[in-house]
Amino acid sequence: MAENILEMHSITKTFPGVKALEDVELRVEKGEIHAICGENGAGKSTLMKVLSGVYPYGTYDGKIVFQGKEARYHSIKESEHAGVVIIHQELALVPHLTVAENIFLGNERKGRFGLIDWNEANTQAIELMHQVGLDENPTTPVGQLGVGKQQLIEIAKALSKDVSLLILDEPTAALNDSDSQHLLDLMKRLRDEQGITSIMISHKLNEIEYVADTTTIIRDGQTIETLDMSDPESNQDRIIRGMVGRELENRYPPKTGRHVGEELFRVENWSVNHPTQPDRIVIDNASFDVKAGEVVGIAGLMGAGRTELAMSVFGRTYGRHGSGKVYKRGKEIHTRSVAECIQNGIAYATEDRKRYGLNLIDDIRHNISAAGIHKLTSNGWINTNEELKVAQEYRVAMNIKTPSVLQKAGNLSGGNQQKVVLSKWMYTDADVVILDEPTRGIDVGAKYEIYTIINKLASEGKAVVIISSELPELLGTCDRIFTLAFGRITGQLPIDEANPEALMKLMTQERTAKPAAASAGEGK
Amino acid sequence: MSTTATAKKPGSDESTESIGASIRAAFTTNLRQSGIFIAFIAIVILFTFLTEGTLLTGQNVTNIILQYSYILVLAIGMVIVIIGGHIDLSVGSVVAFSGAVSAVLVIKNGMPWWVGVLAAIGVGILVGAWQGFWVAFVGIPAFITTLAGMLMFRGATYLTLENISLSPFPAEYARIGVGFQNGLLGGPGYDVFTLVVFAIAVAAYIFTQFRQRAAAVSYNQHVAAMPLFIVKLVAVAAVVMWLSWLLANNRGLPNVLIILTILVIVYTLVTTRTVFGRNVYAIGGNLTAATLSGVKVKWVNFGIMLNMGFLAGVAGVLFGARSNGAQPGAGNMFELDAIAASFIGGAAVTGGVGKVTGAIIGGLIMATMTNGMQLIGWDQSLQNIVKGLVLLLAVAFDVYNKRRAGASR
Repeated sequence: MAENILEMHSITKTFPGVKALEDVELRVEKGEIHAICGENGAGKSTLMKVLSGVYPYGTYDGKIVFQGKEARYHSIKESEHAGVVIIHQELALVPHLTVAENIFLGNERKGRFGLIDWNEANTQAIELMHQVGLDENPTTPVGQLGVGKQQLIEIAKALSKDVSLLILDEPTAALNDSDSQHLLDLMKRLRDEQGITSIMISHKLNEIEYVADTTTIIRDGQTIETLDMSDPESNQDRIIRGMVGRELENRYPPKTGRHVGEELFRVENWSVNHPTQPDRIVIDNASFDVKAGEVVGIAGLMGAGRTELAMSVFGRTYGRHGSGKVYKRGKEIHTRSVAECIQNGIAYATEDRKRYGLNLIDDIRHNISAAGIHKLTSNGWINTNEELKVAQEYRVAMNIKTPSVLQKAGNLSGGNQQKVVLSKWMYTDADVVILDEPTRGIDVGAKYEIYTIINKLASEGKAVVIISSELPELLGTCDRIFTLAFGRITGQLPIDEANPEALMKLMTQERTAKPAAASAGEGK
Repeated sequence: MSTTATAKKPGSDESTESIGASIRAAFTTNLRQSGIFIAFIAIVILFTFLTEGTLLTGQNVTNIILQYSYILVLAIGMVIVIIGGHIDLSVGSVVAFSGAVSAVLVIKNGMPWWVGVLAAIGVGILVGAWQGFWVAFVGIPAFITTLAGMLMFRGATYLTLENISLSPFPAEYARIGVGFQNGLLGGPGYDVFTLVVFAIAVAAYIFTQFRQRAAAVSYNQHVAAMPLFIVKLVAVAAVVMWLSWLLANNRGLPNVLIILTILVIVYTLVTTRTVFGRNVYAIGGNLTAATLSGVKVKWVNFGIMLNMGFLAGVAGVLFGARSNGAQPGAGNMFELDAIAASFIGGAAVTGGVGKVTGAIIGGLIMATMTNGMQLIGWDQSLQNIVKGLVLLLAVAFDVYNKRRAGASR
């Protein structure tokens, strides 16, 4: 039996009124990849914060043994010094600084007179990037690289600190499939070649199955079980059972009660240019349509222009408008501002709830009424009693888990925040609902609830468009799937012809020699 | 709409908090709001003690109201600017400029007093529109736009007044700032009219509080326990009537207090009950989310700056009336007092949070401290140090509170 690099014994962490962790046990063997999974709010991140000293020694009960010695970290600095490096979900890179500057930030390579030796730094940066499979100029500003590469820079940064235990908090949450694959392979390589132990927090069960040697499941602040992933019994269904404490028969509710009707919404020959580089075409002559009672998916890899397409249609909130027309029930409508879209019954729930979807410092009530406030207004005055009633009705109908709608939206978990966003748009009475990554960063149980809501919208005769990077999700919820590649719609498949291979082929289809000339592409 | 309403019976048992829960709420979730009231009361008591009672004499209370009214008017506009995520550094100069235009028309050119009043407010609105244009439609940060405005309108003031002070205003003009409503109902040594006006106001307040409570209960909202609610009403009524007694025994009801009260009521409603007010909180809280929820951000920003200009014009009238003239250096540093009042009153530095009543209390805290220190005879330099420290500590308390709230998640 290999030795344990880390042992956490009966860790208990309480916040005023809440027991976040209770007698949690974690044992990580040296040189393994150890996955930690559990629903949102189960206590995974809290556990990692205890380990890395974000919550200093003394603020929790229990014992941490790292590399055979008891660890008492009072800050991240101390835990990093000991070789524990945590990479958070939100990347902590400075976009305007170069790759090398970022890698050595807070850990600068000093030469003579205490001045920074940039030649040395850049040379080492190239070496570190090489280790993570990157071939970039170390003087490139990090902001110019894609999210996937930035994630790798974070790992390079960790390597520069002589890491012996690497903690990755949902490392692939913002990555597309190929970047995710690359990252997972890198984790394996670091394990095999350099003996680096990794702890990975993830929601993505197929990734856990692919990369992890051991999986510890946490639920409601307690360790449920630790699975040896070489055991064939330890499959995805097994993990789900541990996470939710119940059998989850189907991850997607049955598509019952849908009656696909007439065409409700159509975008035709839509072209958009980049906001700051007017010559760059981001969306090229894209057309799609959705019928009443139908759920249509838009599949595309990261950078294909999914969000850009949606946002440019939704009140021209992205890019420079090129050309194209929007029809509703066969009649041309204009979508020049968000207000105009709301009037026309179009809703768009954004990809990044925290940044674009919610006012986190305001209460749930005001967030729910934000887009449909005109319905609560007469003579310029808001009927605040009615507003509260509406919010309470949605709390019940959407099962938003909160003691009161007067709580701040920022206090909710990801799944409940998404329900607030959906409530906001449902209250506008929109019949065209565009959902951008509706289940990103949401745990399995809440995902199921969101899918149920999508089903309900469709069965009420609304037209639903789902943008997602998770193909199983689209296959599980949609009636028809469009594929987007490099800003162009490359095809559409009815659900019974769609499968991951066929979609992926269309999603990676490169521009043909002569792009289809924009027939309606007149003015700019 | 497809939600299932599950309205419970009005007045169901869970909507009224227990007394203990209400008190706990005041010290936990509502700490920031209760905190500022507690701080205000503590400061009043402290300075009453230090000044051996002079602070709360009728004459001194009247003085405080007359002296700080224009800062409070500015604080109302400023807190809205700050909630929207902006700042306005120009208001002191705008106060001076609008007062100067008014003085030139009335004192130099002999126009009627009301022309001067309208002109000052008109100048304020024009300045607000000018700054609103740059902030909202050109996208220049308000900090820069109003820094430029601070210089430009100060310069314009000197130009308008040709570098000299003008005075005095006709009596009607001055009365706005230093006049009183009294004697209308006579009274044996004290002014009955003042007492009656305050009594009506208190009655109206109690009535609306009961109505709001009834509405809250019927909508299944949590309300404070009845005994506490009564205690609160009685306390407010007692303090207000005691204040009116002080005023009635001095010179009666100051005109500026009437103006100020109307502004506070109107702007409390604007911020809490209108779409414009809601939009201000939305863009201050999360600009992108507001844009994507259909808020017309540019027009809201324009409105915020326009309104600040309007209130600066009003403050210009009040200041001109009180100082009975216009000086080139008038209104210097007013913006800083107004900004300090907003932050002491609980506005967040990042925008999205704040209250009109909070800014008023914040302004009153500043006013009480300044006045109290003057009465004790402390040096100006010491006064500034104390005021600076209080501002710093108030915001530090806010930051500490947020961090505590954040850590408990």
